[in-house]
Amino acid sequence: MLIGGILVITRRNPVHSALALIITLLAQAAIYLMLYAPFVAGVQIILYAGGIMVLFLFVIMLVNVDRAMKERQFNAQWMVGIVAATALGGLFMTVYTKGSSLFPERAMPLTLEGDNTQKIATMLYGQYMFSFEIASLLLLVAIIGAVVMAKKRI
Amino acid sequence: MHEFLQYIESYLTSDKTPGAAGNWVWELIYILLVFVGLSVSVICMNWLERKILAHMQVRLGPMRVGPHGLLQPIADALKLLLKEDIIPAEADALIFWIAPFAVVLAAFTVFVVVPFGPTHAITDMNIGILFMLGVSSLSVLGIVMAGWASNSHYPLIGALRSSAQMVSYEIAMGLAVVSAVLMTSLNESGTGTLSMIGIVQAQLAQGEWFIFKFFPLGLIAFFIFAIAMVAETNRAPFDLAEAESELTAGFHTEYSGFRWSLFFLAEYSAMIAVSSIAVTLWLGGWLRPFPNWLSGTTWDRMFSLFPGVTFLFLAAMCFYNTVRMPKHPLFRIQTIGLAGFGVVLGLIGLILFIPAVSFRVQDVFWFSAKVAAFMYLYIWYRGTFPRYRFDQLMQIGWKVLLPIGLGVLILTASVALLQPMIWHP
Amino acid sequence: MESMLHITTLHYLVLGAALFLLGVIGVLTRRNVVIVLMSIELILNAVNLNLVAFSHYWQAAPAKLGGGPGSMHGQIFSIFVITDAAAEAAVGLGILIAFFRNKETINIDEVNLLKW
Repeated sequence: MLIGGILVITRRNPVHSALALIITLLAQAAIYLMLYAPFVAGVQIILYAGGIMVLFLFVIMLVNVDRAMKERQFNAQWMVGIVAATALGGLFMTVYTKGSSLFPERAMPLTLEGDNTQKIATMLYGQYMFSFEIASLLLLVAIIGAVVMAKKRI
Repeated sequence: MHEFLQYIESYLTSDKTPGAAGNWVWELIYILLVFVGLSVSVICMNWLERKILAHMQVRLGPMRVGPHGLLQPIADALKLLLKEDIIPAEADALIFWIAPFAVVLAAFTVFVVVPFGPTHAITDMNIGILFMLGVSSLSVLGIVMAGWASNSHYPLIGALRSSAQMVSYEIAMGLAVVSAVLMTSLNESGTGTLSMIGIVQAQLAQGEWFIFKFFPLGLIAFFIFAIAMVAETNRAPFDLAEAESELTAGFHTEYSGFRWSLFFLAEYSAMIAVSSIAVTLWLGGWLRPFPNWLSGTTWDRMFSLFPGVTFLFLAAMCFYNTVRMPKHPLFRIQTIGLAGFGVVLGLIGLILFIPAVSFRVQDVFWFSAKVAAFMYLYIWYRGTFPRYRFDQLMQIGWKVLLPIGLGVLILTASVALLQPMIWHP
Repeated sequence: MESMLHITTLHYLVLGAALFLLGVIGVLTRRNVVIVLMSIELILNAVNLNLVAFSHYWQAAPAKLGGGPGSMHGQIFSIFVITDAAAEAAVGLGILIAFFRNKETINIDEVNLLKW
């Protein structure tokens, strides 16, 4: 997954970056399976790898990437970006090493696999019902926004 | 030796799939069997398609290569393997190389969860149907990559159209699938399941195939899925993106030889995969007809004769056609070949009469018979319907199938909730 | 096999942090807008990984504190994050297309209209 991530940010050709992102997303789904979350893994494959990446590939094909591929790839402020990222990484490392005692070594709890989808459904339509409806509103707004942005004449 | 036989016996009579039992050797054997079975099925489909299309168009189809063209697919495969491998000049070599593999991978990985029997799946994930839908949506990526990497207009337009069509009809498929999965939760235990084997067992427990449940809701959901699956696999009448007369073969124009045969393999495997979904969800998977209504050991025994009888019938047709072959010395080899093929089929039929074999194979036979009926439907559609224009295609996907799918879902959910109140007031 | 490394939650968190850092570097250093958007997707994925890892961690916690084997809060929230990422990717790419129609370039270094 890390190799996929590195390939995403370093490739010159955006189609290669998209491929690397697909590999990263599929690896992410596998890690979800390791974390005993099969439903989230399935949703990741269907939505992310099968939906969002198709959207990205469509737009890459619509936009003329040939000219962009021949120019400089990295920003003028790339050094600042790397310094900022290193600082952020240092912050993460400090937090994780100071708090590593919170995560004791133990065997992963063996959850009953047959129940996962059902439990998610119970909670999603029970406790998180409001968020669910808001998410559907959000998607509606996003659809309208995308259609309006991409139209030639409003 | 005795332990080896006992080992085989223990895994022939287990009641769990190899994945659930954790037995990776048996799982590997199943994977190999599925792989070989798929390849054989694709080869048979090639021959069947050409012959059935031909007979529908009142002509004969391939007759020269083997007896009645039976060796035609092998000749086609040889030709494709020996063709020159052309890569277009300005094409992106990496993506051009990966695209067929991506489509084939997506099409073949789906078969990990397809249930050929109560223990005859490679593994039984508890998100089986979700996995199948997800992985079949990965084949869209392969098609987009193929169109892009060919670096010419027709493949690009064909790939964009094809992937837009597949993504649109995935939504209708998903809605139909959800309304079928909803019906699995009407068991006595009150819990539904997404696992493929669980869905068929729910149909067994509820005593009716989901296509007939809540008539006509199950039927409408089945029809939505049947139409969406034809559009999903880019087959007629939704094959604008790859038809020869429209776009010079669409996204696989620039592929020749072995790479084209990979696309072809992936297309037919995807057809078999979505037919397996339809069979599992609506037509009762591996269950023989009327498992609850006509139950009992005599009916079981009568239905268990079906595999053997089918193969004997095929052998009888082979012998009949052998007798009708022209009695010319040039046809001698073909006549002997056809007779030999008939003998092989007859032997398989006789083997399938043995109760021990028939007991294990019966589930696979019924499943394959139903999937074969769907394949015949596919070929029938190709021979009958004219092609849809692309905007008509998208209109059907979004404006017709999606609202009907939503309506079926809401109605199914309402009827499922009200059902106890209607029948036990 | 006794010295096999136990994979604790910390390992998943570090992996998430590494992905997050890669995404941040991508957003800050690349000139191509599409790759910047893809790096944003990487960041969202890292966040999702954290959420699901913590949801798994909480399943062994006592139920009184909100844990227990039925606590799926992290996973449900990660489903919302995936939905959100889809919506944002759609709108972002729409903006990209609208912008590309005006200026015929996808380098964000040239999106500096304030400097006319």
